[in-house]
Amino acid sequence: MSATIESPNPPPKLFTTSARRKRVNRSMEVLSTLAAGLAVAVLVIVVGSVVIKGVSALNLDFLTETPAPFGAPGGGIANSIVGTFLLVAIASVIAVPIGLLIGIHASEFARPRVSNAVRFALDILSGVPTIVTGVFIFGLLVAGHVQSGYAGSVALAIIMLPIVARSAQEVLRLVPNSLREAAVALGVARWRMVLRVVLPTAAGGLITGAVLGVARVAGETAPLLLTSSIASNAVSWNPTQALSSIPVTIFTLSESPAPADHARGWAAALVLIVGVLALSVFARSLHERSRRRLRG
Amino acid sequence: MIQPRLSLKRNSEVSRTDPEPTSEASKEPAVESSAPEERDRARPAQTGPGHRVSVSDLHAYYGATEAVKGVSIDFPPREVTAIIGPSGCGKSTMVRCINRMHEEIPHARAEGRIMLDDNDLYAHGVDVTSVRRLIGMVFQKPNPFPTMSIFDNVASGLRLTGNRGDNLRERVHRSLRAVGLWGEVKNRLDSPGVGLSGGQQQRLCIARTIAVEPEVILMDEPCSALDPVATLKVEELIDELKEQYTIVIVTHNMQQAARVADSTVFMLDGHLIEHAPTKELFTNPKDERTERYVTGKFG
Repeated sequence: MSATIESPNPPPKLFTTSARRKRVNRSMEVLSTLAAGLAVAVLVIVVGSVVIKGVSALNLDFLTETPAPFGAPGGGIANSIVGTFLLVAIASVIAVPIGLLIGIHASEFARPRVSNAVRFALDILSGVPTIVTGVFIFGLLVAGHVQSGYAGSVALAIIMLPIVARSAQEVLRLVPNSLREAAVALGVARWRMVLRVVLPTAAGGLITGAVLGVARVAGETAPLLLTSSIASNAVSWNPTQALSSIPVTIFTLSESPAPADHARGWAAALVLIVGVLALSVFARSLHERSRRRLRG
Repeated sequence: MIQPRLSLKRNSEVSRTDPEPTSEASKEPAVESSAPEERDRARPAQTGPGHRVSVSDLHAYYGATEAVKGVSIDFPPREVTAIIGPSGCGKSTMVRCINRMHEEIPHARAEGRIMLDDNDLYAHGVDVTSVRRLIGMVFQKPNPFPTMSIFDNVASGLRLTGNRGDNLRERVHRSLRAVGLWGEVKNRLDSPGVGLSGGQQQRLCIARTIAVEPEVILMDEPCSALDPVATLKVEELIDELKEQYTIVIVTHNMQQAARVADSTVFMLDGHLIEHAPTKELFTNPKDERTERYVTGKFG
């Protein structure tokens, strides 16, 4: 087979790997393994320390009761759990439909130029520091009025929007073009093709993107400090007032001089982290399912 | 004026006013006689004259690149016409112009005239979806809808074009029988279409295409992703389908063209080089380039 131009036919030459190359190879392997290990280690340390320090203050009362007066024992963060739920729910109601529509438009209807511009704008939006978003909403909805759950939700929605829209765009791009062609070649109108073929095929991924957006904003603190932090300790379902939230509560408790409050802060952090982790795991499993389906 | 006729025309109602189909019908025997004799399968009585696609002076572009450079072809009704040629010769592009799929690609456009009988497919105001309902297409890779069951895949064209009618089930079953898939899938119509083998998937896609009852079927290398056994099945199917449909098949496989096609077109570099009855094109080509291609001297 080694018919080269050179003649006569030279004997095939095999090389042995040089010791230096082996060393370089080995050390790069070790380094990259270490880097990967480090990332996992950070996660384990963060989650681990939150669990260790938070679990002592965590009990059923902590989830179901409102905060005790300063210095008193017991009490919980029910108001913050409800508040975070409401804030994130309203933010999702705003951001998920708009984000999905942006993603669908950019991937299915816009010309490549427009869709690249949209992607660029969304990337910039997702890079805006959340405190800036908070200040913006503060100036828009809070200054001259009062803090409110709605203001906080709008701020969270702005943070969520690029996450949902970008992930929708990416997920829709995973849908094979051959399916669009198949539908269009049957004489199916474009919008119906998107609605009945593309979206169902991508459903899992679209939901994943939305859930990841929810998980991301559930832990946002900075914008809420400005827009929805001066809240009563009672459980409130009224978003026209400021709502308490778990991240802001963690922040406030951590500032407190009372050691019991620190323990409560850790417990609140544990509640938040468990909630977000559960959401992420749920989203990933949905994503895996839809990817398997796309592979056929 | 043209649009409603385009979207209304159906095989059964074609006999009436058109002067053209009758004249085509009288021409047909002449074409027929030169077709390869190995078609021993008797043709059943036809219900109508079928439908003719005429392409004239077609130019197709991708941006500034001209992929089809002034092609004129006549696809006779109820015949299989194969298009062969080396990769990049414009054969797929040309076929995709016939059901206006070419323009789905960004920056792609086509000029020229394509007629289905006496309807101009590119006339101003023609709804492209009505063109595609009349001219179905089967693609290179089987592409059943992954979220749909076998039944839903075949029904999809009817459901999604708003033509479901009352006898949806019956039409789906009939289509599955027509592609010879019925016996293999009748007990699992509700299982996913993507769970079938590649050859079965391709026949499912053909069933999906014929369920909407087009007049013309375009096939863009329909067997290139299939093994020889599945290929044979699809070829037998093509042979049956031509009793009802005008079929255009793009193929890389010259043996396939020789097996299934009544006439064969050789394209090269965006030009139509030769169009002749299949046997003639392979045994006695008029153009030297055709001869070199079919004898394997290039391409």
